[in-house]
Amino acid sequence: MQYEAVIGLEIHAQLLTDSKAFCGCSTRFGAPPNTQVCPVCLGMPGVLPVLNKRAVEFAIKMAFATNCEINPKSVFSRKNYFYPDLPKGYQISQYDEPLTKSGYIDIDVNGTKKRIGITRIHMEEDAGKLLHGETYEDSDYSFVDLNRAAVPLIEIVSEPDMRSSDEAVEYLKALRDILVYLEICDGNMEEGSFRCDANVSVRPIGEKKLGTKAELKNINSFRFIQRAIEYEIKRQIEVIEEGGRIIQETRLFDSDKGITISMRSKEEAHDYRYFPEPDLLPLEIDAEWIDEIRRNLPELPAQKRERFVNEYGIPQYDADVLTSSKALANYYEGCVKFYNKPKVISNWVMGELLRLLKEGGRDISQSSSFKIQPEALAKLLNMIDSSAISSKIAKEVLEEMYKTGKDPDAVVKEKGVVQISDEDTLIKAIDDVLSKNPKEVSDYKEGREKLFGFFVGQVMKATKGQANPQVLNKLLKERLSK
Amino acid sequence: MAITKKDVEHAAMLARLELSEDEKVTYTSQLDSILKYVENLRSVSTDGIEPTAHVVPVKISLREDNVKESLVQDEALANAPEKANGCFKVSRIIE
Repeated sequence: MQYEAVIGLEIHAQLLTDSKAFCGCSTRFGAPPNTQVCPVCLGMPGVLPVLNKRAVEFAIKMAFATNCEINPKSVFSRKNYFYPDLPKGYQISQYDEPLTKSGYIDIDVNGTKKRIGITRIHMEEDAGKLLHGETYEDSDYSFVDLNRAAVPLIEIVSEPDMRSSDEAVEYLKALRDILVYLEICDGNMEEGSFRCDANVSVRPIGEKKLGTKAELKNINSFRFIQRAIEYEIKRQIEVIEEGGRIIQETRLFDSDKGITISMRSKEEAHDYRYFPEPDLLPLEIDAEWIDEIRRNLPELPAQKRERFVNEYGIPQYDADVLTSSKALANYYEGCVKFYNKPKVISNWVMGELLRLLKEGGRDISQSSSFKIQPEALAKLLNMIDSSAISSKIAKEVLEEMYKTGKDPDAVVKEKGVVQISDEDTLIKAIDDVLSKNPKEVSDYKEGREKLFGFFVGQVMKATKGQANPQVLNKLLKERLSK
Repeated sequence: MAITKKDVEHAAMLARLELSEDEKVTYTSQLDSILKYVENLRSVSTDGIEPTAHVVPVKISLREDNVKESLVQDEALANAPEKANGCFKVSRIIE
């Protein structure tokens, strides 16, 4: 029997506010444990939460970017459960009346466009962090750091619209791009500011009813998500083929073994007893504010890609690569301002520049680490156009610019790599090579035309690569036909 | 809607309460009568009345995203029954 997978994703994105969701404690990552806590986020008796306005603004931005409806009135609820990382004994979340719902984004899966529905995006608070004792004395204990407790999150719940791990990963990447472009989440999966749970089920192709799902948790990279989903699809099909039944459960992905493991616990019987948070009034958002947020929305990845293709006439592939990060896209556009051949810049940025960045591990968004100004790259390309240097030399110059941050003029002068276009100088070099290689010359004249490249190479070597290739080709042909 | 002893046991489990058999019996009947009493509200017609979140008509107030001083670690951990490494120390919660 043929099966199809049905996948829905629940994504938690930590919002890039300075302070927590309901109190003024800092959200900065990496502080010593329990130094960014106060009576409110510690859940002391008698305290009251006050909602962070910017967190709401960020959630609304995401709603716009994902074509969601915004509820003018939404409600916070308490989700009750006991766990040591949850000091209040409940998480403030949204339940039956979330801030936004019914949206979608379009993703591109191997060249095919697909629309993935978004059920809802709601606001909630993060839990603290648990560290588990590593040393022998500590091995019976867990340690609780509440710095992260009550950091604002949005949870983005998709429709079960994905049918393969590829689609799931593309959807996830697209959402992460949007969050990063909006500058509302840093999208860092390793640090946990962008987390994903996957609901996976399988059913025979043609069947309309959904199969029983398993919820995969604890997956912290795109690669692991792909592997976890693929494993889970295979596992479920095998269970069904063997006449078994899928149990609704939470499963953890073990990245070392590449498998998912059932997380059987007494807590499995979810009974969160949601009820409206009595300490927070319904969140009412006036139309004026919504309008203001909409007006200030930045250009989103999909729009930027489309504009790059239309405005600069570059291929879709180039546009995809160049908009893969906002910083790279900005850099590219900066270059185009100074040098009006968008495709040439695209080639240099995607080729040489990305190679250097990858090898050197530098970050294009950090001016302290990446020093080639758009103006300097434009100048370098102009030097090629005016035949001052060859494009081969330009690559070396670019590398030096990358290392030192120097201007291309300065690098060319220092290295003495100005291109030689002067015919007399080149004729002298050519004649020198020809006289040293009489056998090759006579072979060439007898028809071994492939040797032309050999002569070019020899002249290039003699001129340390500085010969202007066009002029060299022309002159070499002349000299050889004599 | 009648409350059963099973409901009481479930609620007690979720709230981490240990109840004796006598208590279970007592609470079952008490909770049952409380719910029956509240159920009187069902007889009131609420057609056309907007749901109320608060008894007085106030709006939610939001705060600006400004960082304020937090407690120092010692203060934060002052009430902890057990602490170590700057953290609250609890029984190990994963195997």
